[in-house]
Amino acid sequence: MTEKRVYLDNAATTRTDPRVVAAMEEFFTDTYGNANSLHAEGRAAHKALEDARARVAGAINASRPDEVLFTSGGTESDNSALIGLATAGGRTSGHIVVSAFEHHAVLEPAEWLGKRGFDVTLLKPRADGVVHAEDLRDVLRDDTILVSVMHGNNELGTIQPIRELAAVTHERDALFHTDAAQTLGKIEFDAAELGVDAASFSGHKIYGPKGTGVLYLKKGLRFAPYLMGGGQEFRRRSGTQNVAGAQGFAAALEIIVAERETEAVRLTKLRDRFEEAVVGKLDNTYVNSIDSPRMPHITSLIVKGVEGEAMLLHLDAQGIAVSTGSACSSGSLQASHVLMAIDCPQEIAHGSLRVSLGRWTTDADIDRLVDALVPIVERLRAMSPVYEKMFGTHKA
Amino acid sequence: MLYSDKVMDHFGSPHNMGVIEDADGVGEVGNPVCGDMMKITIKVTDDRLDDVKFQTLGCGAAIATSSVITDMARGLSIEDAVKITKAEIARELDGLPPAKMHCSVLAADGLRAAVDDYLVKNGREPISGGPEHVEHDEHGHAAE
Repeated sequence: MTEKRVYLDNAATTRTDPRVVAAMEEFFTDTYGNANSLHAEGRAAHKALEDARARVAGAINASRPDEVLFTSGGTESDNSALIGLATAGGRTSGHIVVSAFEHHAVLEPAEWLGKRGFDVTLLKPRADGVVHAEDLRDVLRDDTILVSVMHGNNELGTIQPIRELAAVTHERDALFHTDAAQTLGKIEFDAAELGVDAASFSGHKIYGPKGTGVLYLKKGLRFAPYLMGGGQEFRRRSGTQNVAGAQGFAAALEIIVAERETEAVRLTKLRDRFEEAVVGKLDNTYVNSIDSPRMPHITSLIVKGVEGEAMLLHLDAQGIAVSTGSACSSGSLQASHVLMAIDCPQEIAHGSLRVSLGRWTTDADIDRLVDALVPIVERLRAMSPVYEKMFGTHKA
Repeated sequence: MLYSDKVMDHFGSPHNMGVIEDADGVGEVGNPVCGDMMKITIKVTDDRLDDVKFQTLGCGAAIATSSVITDMARGLSIEDAVKITKAEIARELDGLPPAKMHCSVLAADGLRAAVDDYLVKNGREPISGGPEHVEHDEHGHAAE
């Protein structure tokens, strides 16, 4: 392959920005101390760690730095938020609400709690890809203790009305957690303005290093530590802190926040151009949740009569990386739970394609994707024994 | 989950794709809800497969298994064709990821259905013994 790769799977992970790598370097070889040691090496590491914490707290508008806990990533943040808040103080029962299209890092711990005495409600988003506050109000109960709804959906790109959802939750004296891994730095995240009690973030979605994450936990909440040991992170998350990772996270966050507004305009333009081009050139193709509030960088495309993995593999062979919610890509034989949650019929959900743009996506990349995708779809539809029967003749 | 080079070759340049217009037998298997649909058409002379073509809606493995079974079945007697197993198809492709084994079942079933269709059309008894249902159940396919 001589042509440059076109990476359009930035919702899966991002390339670490070289500026972030540069900011991390000294914390591997120079400032390598254990942030909990009393000697000079330890004190230097501690200073760097607390510097990173204060910068992250500032960027998400936490009220104080110790509301920011460094974790190993979005999954740990989600797992520990759900289990740590639900089981705080030895609690063994109560009602928990999570949306049906959460990431599995939220769904699985919710299910785990459901098998251990808690009562879990899966709240469906509407067909528009949004969890509506009035629908949440309908399922809340006197014994509801915790609600978790993601800030932005990783597959559809839809933005959830977190401020309203948190307010409705607080009316019933329950806690509100949001998984903001996909939204951080893409749209504004302001902990105070949104009024959330807890939030999860991931470093590698914001051009930072993999294996880094943050759990925002509002001061004063009861919380059962998920990782136990040396009592680091204010006794809420044990384990020697990853100082280089914390510095990398802070650097990545500051860069993405500083560039957010101009980048949002740029990516929205690219995204809209892609969507218009592909829907214009292909019959029986549409964009999920196109009329809902969406993040600038994610397009969820449905191409009827084609299987997503087949599109993905052909695009990959032509140097383009995307992802799909088709069953065949997951090995589960079930189409994506996100598409099922918005009542996308199975036979259509198999034709889903997610394109997620990023910092280095250019106009030329979008052109290459459109130019590659259209003939791939036409070829796959021509191979299908049922396309004409099910959807009529495709465009010549 | 990684595909072998052979799977990618068949997927990228499938063999014998299309429909035999004056086919002697047609086998259609799969279900759009599961995401896999396969149509095998055969041309038969003296109970031997002269030509086999396929059309498939499905993933990389579904397309590759359809393509490879047309190669495997061409020239075989109908008795031998219906004996092609999912394991043989997978072996011919240098292996399939476990989650994709059901695709090779679908290809074998499609060929059997086409042979049976040819026999029934000629007033004879089907010989395939039906589809390999066990694998479908294991993967929850039939349950849908």
